[in-house]
Formats: sequence, structure tokens, C-alpha cells
Amino acid sequence: MALLEVRDLRVSFDTPDGTVRAVRGLSFDVEAGQTLAVVGESGSGKSVSTQTITGLTRGAQVSGTAFFDGTDLISADQSTLRRLRGAQIGMIFQDPLSSLHPHYRIGWQIVEMIRAHDTVISKQAARQRAAELLTLVGIPRASERIDDYPHQFSGGMRQRVMIAMAMALDPALLIADEPTTALDVTVQAQVLNVMRRLQEQFGTAIILITHDLGVVAEMADEVVVMYAGAVMERAPRRDIFYRNHHPYTQGLLASLPARSGDRLTPIAGSPPSLISLPAGCPFAARCPHVFDKCRTEAPPLSDVGGDPRHQSACWLPHTVSEAIAS
Amino acid sequence: MNDVLLKVDDVRKEFPTHSKEVVHAVDGVSLEVHKGETLGLVGETGCGKSTLARCMAHLYDVTSGSVWFDGKEISTLSRRAMRPVRREVQVIFQDPYGSLNPRRRVGSIIGDPFAIHGIASGLERKKKVQELMELVGLNPEHYNRFPAEFSGGQRQRIGVARALALRPKLVICDEPVSALDVSIQAQIINLLADLQKEFDLTYVFISHDLSVVRHVSDRIAVMYLGKIVELAPTHELFGQTRHPYTRALLSALPVADPDTADSREQIILGGDIPAATNPPEGCRFHTRCPKARADCAAGEPPLISVLDDQQDHRTACFHPLTIGEDMSTAVPDLKAS
Ligand SMILES: Nc1ncnc2c1ncn2[C@@H]1O[C@H](COP(=O)(O)OP(=O)(O)OP(=O)(O)O)[C@@H](O)[C@H]1O
Ligand SMILES: Nc1ncnc2c1ncn2[C@@H]1O[C@H](COP(=O)(O)OP(=O)(O)O)[C@@H](O)[C@H]1O
Ligand code: SF4
Ligand code: SF4
Ligand SMILES: [Mg+2]
Ligand SMILES: [Mg+2]
Repeated sequence: MALLEVRDLRVSFDTPDGTVRAVRGLSFDVEAGQTLAVVGESGSGKSVSTQTITGLTRGAQVSGTAFFDGTDLISADQSTLRRLRGAQIGMIFQDPLSSLHPHYRIGWQIVEMIRAHDTVISKQAARQRAAELLTLVGIPRASERIDDYPHQFSGGMRQRVMIAMAMALDPALLIADEPTTALDVTVQAQVLNVMRRLQEQFGTAIILITHDLGVVAEMADEVVVMYAGAVMERAPRRDIFYRNHHPYTQGLLASLPARSGDRLTPIAGSPPSLISLPAGCPFAARCPHVFDKCRTEAPPLSDVGGDPRHQSACWLPHTVSEAIAS
Repeated sequence: MNDVLLKVDDVRKEFPTHSKEVVHAVDGVSLEVHKGETLGLVGETGCGKSTLARCMAHLYDVTSGSVWFDGKEISTLSRRAMRPVRREVQVIFQDPYGSLNPRRRVGSIIGDPFAIHGIASGLERKKKVQELMELVGLNPEHYNRFPAEFSGGQRQRIGVARALALRPKLVICDEPVSALDVSIQAQIINLLADLQKEFDLTYVFISHDLSVVRHVSDRIAVMYLGKIVELAPTHELFGQTRHPYTRALLSALPVADPDTADSREQIILGGDIPAATNPPEGCRFHTRCPKARADCAAGEPPLISVLDDQQDHRTACFHPLTIGEDMSTAVPDLKAS
């Protein structure tokens, strides 16, 4: 059994304009110690789905299950979720400032976080642990900087503090929602390196949400490609890049400047409204291979080339042609 | 050279701060932009790209140095004297959300340049605006819509249409695609390329994304803390990287290809970018540079052609990389020379 098993997750929001169907039947597994990358364009439902799993979406209609180590997170009560968050499931978000309290010292915030879950640890030991964690994520002179305020840290350092807090209680699962999107590339490289190292050391499973296919290629074991609230394709990393099946995956890769010649090959058009999704395949309006059936019936996610680890939601024949690498 | 459209000569731009310190945002930059080319400007947050762009378009007064457009010094021009130049030098900004007034209809937003310069009015202006909308791939029937009714990519098209209204010679694009998803980013990059061909445009293209800059640029300038550290034709910057910072930037860029990602050398720089209020003495990169030696902290390396490079490839480094040199194992030694 996988560490996290999400099945048929649906999340919608009632808004004045109509019902936004942000996540529409999402299923995926996260294996212990592995990195699952969730990739897709903005608005595809990446954040809503993981926030829902951790009980952080408000005012939404939710259905489906998400079994984590035997507990269904979707039907669990708030106190169970609160206990799991932090202790068993660590989280980091795109904007570290929004998750750090500006008026409290960095070290104090980490200590509070540890003591909220570990009621027997002494203040002194927790502080010791906080300094160790800061060192672990590569904050130089950690024991001196532990009493700094968040604004005294750079963006990259704050993100490393967030990782330190998320890892404080040695969680089995780390959910990182665009953890490096706001960072410069050299700082991104540092932060990704810290995540990789911690995973090796502690065997943490990671859900890495990103829109950057470069980060996916660097970090992922498995990849889920989302579009309009649903999975278009899921596969081990190399299959996504070299033996992909879904026209949306192919379109994303072909759009990258690094992978094309003189002229880029974008996906035409833009993503559909989640309020009035047309029937059939959600990608139909932009798909170069669209045919009649696509516009009336939504394709189910099914195995590609007989491999259950590789699935695609597309009506095209499910055989694979060896895609040309880069 | 007479094909120089824009010349930036030893430009400095400083900003005062609350604490009496001074931000050295652009600190002695010289470069030339040639007619018809795309010059890429790349570097990390706060290195001075946008400030330099604004100095180029004389949207900022420079602290010292000069900017020349088409043979004429523009950095000292008054607002009024700048007017005819404004038509020829346009800027497209990063944020397609922030730069459009939400309460105005796109037709009137795109028509602004005509109104400001008193060029066309009434139905004639509307016709010109609709032609522009068509040109950048917007539906001319959406003339009366508000910015909020457009997606990010469409809003960036609005920005492009407005910039092109007066048929400028030079367009400075400040992160025009950074806020966009890859598929939309590719649409806008293609659009800019088509327009360049059609109207013989010269571009300065700013981005923090090296893969985008590489794709669009003929030449690239790499900035670090207010200075250009390397300037070279695109293929040379990648094939014959001289500056350790350029190399680090290249190596940090995630590659969307698992084989390459698994096998390439990675240089993880230590530390953070120092504050622009108090840049390091000597070479500004010496606090993070794996190749730093004692002389790096003592003097400032000039931007010149190094080793056997041609004049068009300039590097500001005392210990430039040789071809094939492996930097991943280099360790700084500020005691040795
Ligand atoms: N109006 C201003 N007042 C004070 N400081 C400023 C001002 N504008 C820019 N700066 C500072 O000047 C430096 C260069 O800023 P600039 O906006 O040019 O960077 P940039 O390279 O465009 O960065 P980014 O990639 O984040 O857009 C930074 O340290 C910035 O904080
Ligand atoms: N609280 C909310 N109310 C209404 N719509 C929402 C809310 N939160 C998210 N959405 C919508 O749900 C969709 C998915 O959002 P999100 O998961 O944040 O996308 P992303 O893939 O960029 O993380 C988007 O259309 C977004 O506008
Ligand atoms: S189902 Fe049809 S429209 Fe959808 S991705 Fe496949 S071919 Fe394209
Ligand atoms: S001058 Fe010295 S510190 Fe600066 S980039 Fe060159 S080697 Fe590094
Ligand atoms: Mg998100
Ligand atoms: Mg900028």
C-alpha cells in the first residue's frame, strides 16, 4: 500500500459567477520515500487538491478519499488533521513570508512548532533542535541567527526556514507547493539541493507541486500532469519526458524554449473556464489531434502500452511511440 | 559603428533609502544595442535589469553617465524634448495585471499612444486600434472589454499592441513572459519574433530565465549587482562561458531533460546575493565565487575581452574560465593570488 492514496477527489467552490469545479476526480498514489511531481499550468488545481487533502480548503464542497497511513484525511476531523499536519505531514508554500509570523523570532517559531506536537520536550532541547534544523537546511551560523526576525532573512533563507519547520518532526510526507517559484535560479538550486539531501537522509516522501518542467526533470520519481482539475497523464519521470502519450504533455514540452529550434511551438488558445467546462475531453479545444468523440465523451485515465504505472486520459490509441529525446 | 541604435555609456543609477544608505542599482554600465538585433539582459532579482531598462528609455534620470539614441544624447532631455523620442522607444512591462488600468476599456488603453501624441481620433483611432488588436492576435470585437475579462497572455498582448502603436524603432521588453505559463509564454515569444521581422524592430529583452533569453537573443549581457559581468554573442556565452557567475547561473538552470539533469555538473553557489546598498569591494562576485583569489577582493576587474576572445565577447573577471575547465571542484582561496 502506498503512503498516500488519493481516490476520485472532487473539490468545487460556489462563487457569484457559478460553481468552480477546481478538482474533478483526481486519483494518485505517493510511495514512501519517493518524490511525486504534480505539474500543470496555473489554475489547473494543483494547490486546491493538496490543500484539500490537508484540510486547508475552506468553504468548498469536497468528495473522495485520501488515505494516509490508514486514515482518510477527507473525512477526518479537524483535531486529527491538526495532529497530522506538522507531525506526519510537513508543508511548504510558495511564499515563505505568508507562513512565517513577522513579529516573532525565527527560532521561537520553530520551537513553538516543535512543542505543539511534542509535549514532553524541554524548551532548551527544542531550541537546540531548532538550531540543528537551521544548520541542516544550510543557514550559516545558525546558532547566532536563530534569534533573527523573518525580515532579516533573504527569500531563499526564509524558504529554508520553512523547510526546517516542515521537517522538524521528521514527517513521512512533505508537501511542497511551488517551493522555489519565487526564488532566483541559484537560490532555487540551493533549496532543491536541501530537499534532495533531507529526503535521502530521512526517507521523506515528497509531493512537489510545480509548473516548471525543468524542476520536474531534476527532482521527480513519478509525475502527474494536471489540466483543468484532472489528471491528463501520470508516469515515471523518464516516460513523461521520453515516451509521453497525452497531447497536453507533448504540448507543454514542445512549448519550452530549450527544446525547440528557431520557432517555438506553443499550445494554441488558453485553458477552459472551470465554471462552464465543455463536455468531453477538457483539452479538446486546444488539441491538435482532436476528433469527434473527444468533444462528446471524456476519456478515462487508462494504461499506456500495457504498463499500469503509465496512464493517459486520451482517446488516441494507447500504444507508445518512442518519443525523440530532447 | 553606425549601426548602433542605443548606446549606454558608463551609466550609474542610485536610489536613496530611509537609512541614509544608497542603493547602487546600476553601477557603471556601458553597452551598445545594434539596429535589428535582440540584446538579452539576464540576471537575478535586484541586479538592476529593470532600472537599467528605465534608464535606457529615460524613464529615470541617470545619476551619472549618458544614454544615446540614434546618435543623440537623450539622458539629459527634458520631458518635452523627449516626446518625439518616446514614440521611437517603447517599454513592455513584466506584469500584465498591474500595468493595465482595470477601469478602462482595452480599446482606449491601446489607443493611449495615439491620444497622447494627438495622432488619430474618433473612428480613425478605433480603426487603428482594431488593426493593432488583430496584429497581436486579439479579437478586434473585444474593443470594449475591460482588462479583467482577458487572460494573462491576452493582457500581455494588449501591452504589446500598445507598445507598437506608434511604430517604434526600439522596444525594451522587461520580463514580458515571466508571469505566463509556458504554453502562453511560447505564444508571446513567437508574436514578438514575428513583429520584429515585420517591422524591423530592435529589442532589449530582459528576463531572469536564461533559456528564454537564449532563445530570443543575438547577444546576451549578464548582470550581477548593478554591473555587467559578461557580454557575448549568444552561442559564445553558452559555448565559451568565461565568467564564473555565468557558469553558475547556467548550471543552476533546471533542464527539462532527465538524462541531462542526471549527468551534468552542478555548481551550488554558497550564500546569498549581497545587498545593493553595500556591494563587496573588488569583484562583486568574490563573496560567492568558487574561483575567488586574493586579487579578486582587492581590485575591480574591467569588462574586456579575455584570453583569445574577440572584441565582441567581454568578461569582467581576473581568472576567466578556459574552455572545458571544470568549476564544480573549484574552491575559493582569498589568501592565494
Ligand atoms: N525606486 C527605487 N528606490 C529604491 N531602490 C530601488 C528602486 N528601484 C529599484 N531599486 C533597487 O535597485 C536594485 C535593482 O532593482 P531592479 O528593479 O532594477 O532589479 P531587477 O534586476 O529588475 O530585478 P527583478 O528581476 O526582481 O525584476 C534593487 O536593489 C532594488 O531594490
Ligand atoms: N476559494 C476559492 N474560491 C473559488 N475558486 C477557487 C478558490 N480557490 C481556488 N479556486 C479556483 O480553483 C482553480 C484551481 O486553483 P489552484 O489549485 O490554486 O490552481 P494551481 O494549479 O495554479 O495551484 C482555479 O480556477 C482557481 O481560481
Ligand atoms: S481525447 Fe482527443 S482532444 Fe483530448 S487529448 Fe486526446 S486526442 Fe486530444
Ligand atoms: S574576478 Fe575573481 S571573484 Fe570575480 S568572478 Fe573572477 S575569479 Fe571570481
Ligand atoms: Mg498554486
Ligand atoms: Mg525587474
